[in-house]
Amino acid sequence: MREIRIHARAGQGAITTASLLGHTYFHKGMYPYAFPHFGAARMGAPMNAFVRVDDRPVRLRSQIYAPDYVIVVDATLMRGFNCFSGLKEDGIAIISQREGVEIPKFKGKQKAYVVPANEIAMKHIGRPLGNTALLGAYAAATKDIGLDNLLEAIKNRFSGKAQEANIKAATEGYEFINKLK
Amino acid sequence: MKEFQEGSLAVAEIVRMCKPGVVSAYPITPQTHIVEELAQMVANGDLKAQCINVESEHSAASAVFGASAAGVRSYTATSSQGLFYMAEVLFNIAGVRLPIVMTCANRAISAPINIWNDQQDAVSLRDCGWVQVYAEDVQEAVDLHMIAYRLAEDKNIMLPVMVNMDGFVLTHGIETVDMPSQEQVDKYLPSYTPLYKLDIKNPMTIGPLVDPDYYMETRYAIQETHKSVLGMLPKLTEEFSKVFGRTYNGLVEGYRLDDAEKAFVAMGSVCGTTKEAIDSMRKKGKKVGLLKISCYRPFPHQAIYEALKNVKKVAVLDRALSLGSYAPLASEIKSVFFGKKKGPQTISSFIVGLGGRDITVHSIEEAYKLIGKKETCEFIDLKPELLKENYA
Repeated sequence: MREIRIHARAGQGAITTASLLGHTYFHKGMYPYAFPHFGAARMGAPMNAFVRVDDRPVRLRSQIYAPDYVIVVDATLMRGFNCFSGLKEDGIAIISQREGVEIPKFKGKQKAYVVPANEIAMKHIGRPLGNTALLGAYAAATKDIGLDNLLEAIKNRFSGKAQEANIKAATEGYEFINKLK
Repeated sequence: MKEFQEGSLAVAEIVRMCKPGVVSAYPITPQTHIVEELAQMVANGDLKAQCINVESEHSAASAVFGASAAGVRSYTATSSQGLFYMAEVLFNIAGVRLPIVMTCANRAISAPINIWNDQQDAVSLRDCGWVQVYAEDVQEAVDLHMIAYRLAEDKNIMLPVMVNMDGFVLTHGIETVDMPSQEQVDKYLPSYTPLYKLDIKNPMTIGPLVDPDYYMETRYAIQETHKSVLGMLPKLTEEFSKVFGRTYNGLVEGYRLDDAEKAFVAMGSVCGTTKEAIDSMRKKGKKVGLLKISCYRPFPHQAIYEALKNVKKVAVLDRALSLGSYAPLASEIKSVFFGKKKGPQTISSFIVGLGGRDITVHSIEEAYKLIGKKETCEFIDLKPELLKENYA
């Protein structure tokens, strides 16, 4: 079983991110369960989205406290929360870059990647919606999903210009990590 | 075909395939994506139905009441406060025997305001005459809607059915669901022909004043029909299995109960988490199982008795309260065994996951530790530090 926790603010597309990630695993023949947890029900409030994946239908409905992977869509959340609580010993964090936010030290085999996701998104999508760039980075950093699987999910979700832009953003996020390695 | 689909959208899709002629709903909070999607389907011409947007849930229930009385298959969905606002009309719908199907996205009740998941809404309306079934996962929620229409419209039943699915956990959860083809749905669910209907060419009155000479018999008739539902549901699920290949009991479902010394009883999505906890405890040699209650109204006393009569200790997980008394599900489970020769030595009652409080495997294991030690309404995952504040 694999558990992924996404930290974002309501309105930043975390549910879409979880849904795309779930779709990607679904296309691989696995059984994902993607679900949100809202805080205060308004735009900008901190919220979580989760993906739990297994090779059989997921029955466990609780939130995720010991994630294999963490995706931080809005790094300002790191000022008030420990976004990495419970991250597994060999866990991986993908963080959307944000000036003036300190990245904490990670333990042992844990890895953190800071991705200029909003910059990538501004270039291709024209809005600071770094979700697909982060998912591209997720694919490269975790090697748990292929870029082709992810692009397939993006093609199913978006059409026209949005599809094209998000494919470019995901691909650039993917390449950004691979260049680091 | 297998899809990766959000619970609400999967339900909207199956409702479309059930071909209701009228969908009515109040589109604002507390509502789900279900009716939003259905409205879109009607606008796109994918569902040939009249979509009636109304100003309140009271009116939504009234609109489907009218539509169903006129002989049209009808559908609505709501949640939480919305269900309560419908309450008066829901008693009427059952009272005049209209076969409406409604989805309730189970959510907490104010005050304090809380939009998250528990089952206080539907459980509080257990006495309104509607059949109530509960889904464990999105697949079951989808399948229950087809079964619900078959049951509701059966000429020996003619009662409304509320399909319950946990808010957020299932309505906003996206998971793999096997969506049937229209041919399969048509094969299982024929079009609706009412026994009687409002018709200007053949005028009749539905729901008139009934004086003390007649009222009790109408209530007796519903009570008797609920007994028939207990016989009908397993037949409908068996027929369902032949068309769709998925098997449900319809009333209760046992999980690892055969040699169980201790057993949980629960309804809805918490059954999934409980099964995970049971598997983990079984690995440690603990003989524990689960009885899932699929049908809450009518309450399947006999099926529960048969399933639990040899279990030594039972723990009932309630996601609702009857403030000032025993928890609703627990007290009914206890009533099953009163005066019986066989039955559990103890029946413990636990309150879990109110107002969206997360239910983890640890929560279930905590309850397990207290089985037999606590008899009444033990709250799991309570934060004692929040109870100590002094505002005086």
